[in-house]
Amino acid sequence: MSDSNKDIKMAEAPEGYTGAGFFATSFEKVIGLARANSLWPLPFATSCCGIEFMATMGAHYDISRFGSERPSFSPRQADILLVMGTIAKKMGPVVKQVYEQMSEPRWVVAVGACATSGGIFDTYSVLQGIDRVVPVDVYVPGCPPRPEQILDGLMRVQDLAKNESLRRRNSPEYQALLESYNIK
Amino acid sequence: MELTNENVLGKIIEQFGEENITDAMNPDGIMTFQTNRQTIHELIKYLRDDKELQISFLTTMCGVHYPEQKDKELCMMYQLHSLRHNYRLRIKVYFPISDPVMPTLTDLYAAANWMEREAYDFYGIVFAGHPNLIRILNVEDMEYHPMLKQYPLEDQTREDKVNTFFGR
Repeated sequence: MSDSNKDIKMAEAPEGYTGAGFFATSFEKVIGLARANSLWPLPFATSCCGIEFMATMGAHYDISRFGSERPSFSPRQADILLVMGTIAKKMGPVVKQVYEQMSEPRWVVAVGACATSGGIFDTYSVLQGIDRVVPVDVYVPGCPPRPEQILDGLMRVQDLAKNESLRRRNSPEYQALLESYNIK
Repeated sequence: MELTNENVLGKIIEQFGEENITDAMNPDGIMTFQTNRQTIHELIKYLRDDKELQISFLTTMCGVHYPEQKDKELCMMYQLHSLRHNYRLRIKVYFPISDPVMPTLTDLYAAANWMEREAYDFYGIVFAGHPNLIRILNVEDMEYHPMLKQYPLEDQTREDKVNTFFGR
């Protein structure tokens, strides 16, 4: 190791058995570690919270530190759907379609008051929270939330990804949850 | 000719008669007058094509709802602008909500197409002769016209808002 590598941060190794020349742990933990430290976000930004997320992506807050280096503007390689901003009822089906096009495992974060509950826009035209259309894992409060709060929301998702069982997505509870949203 | 409120109004009354042009006033210096459904289309065509006036730009048009005015519940407001003379005017047409039909302006101004769709979407005003009168801003399956004042503004599906917290 040369001196220039001192700044490199290593992810903490999961629990396991260490011996001379080997390290044994469970498959679940290794995969969880990999997933948690490379969550590619799909920013669904419609309003001010989207601007806060841009600041989160910038050099000062640097979402890259969490392995979310690449915002995926396609549902194809995205792991985590970040809905930021007011979702009008007309936009609801679009959010749902984007969610359906993402592959498992997928997580959803509702960033800011509008995405979580409609916020100040208690109006006939605004969806009163995206959890009416797609299942949500983490809610980030604030109007708009600071970049630190968005990072905190991302870290909560990392916790979920780390500790999720590999079979969770096949469980009857999860299937029933998707069923309740009419998502096949 | 210098366009002033007096001589423009004089010209319009001369053309369309006093019984069709009523209640002229100047709020904010912009001349506002009322007319009726029979006159509006011809009037706007005349303002557009008249060599002297050249009021040939439709700035905006929108609906208004006055639930307390008997047989004048709905109103259609037009704002026109003469780019040549930098002169603006405002025209209002009142009509009953039981018969919300207006002549379309889409044959005069292409811009009227979307604005009339908006007025239909929010107020239910039907524009006779409009080529594509469907909702433009709200969801297609909405069953009412939300800007009419008998409908609540708030979303009716919220269960977490208790009236006592809002002084109601």
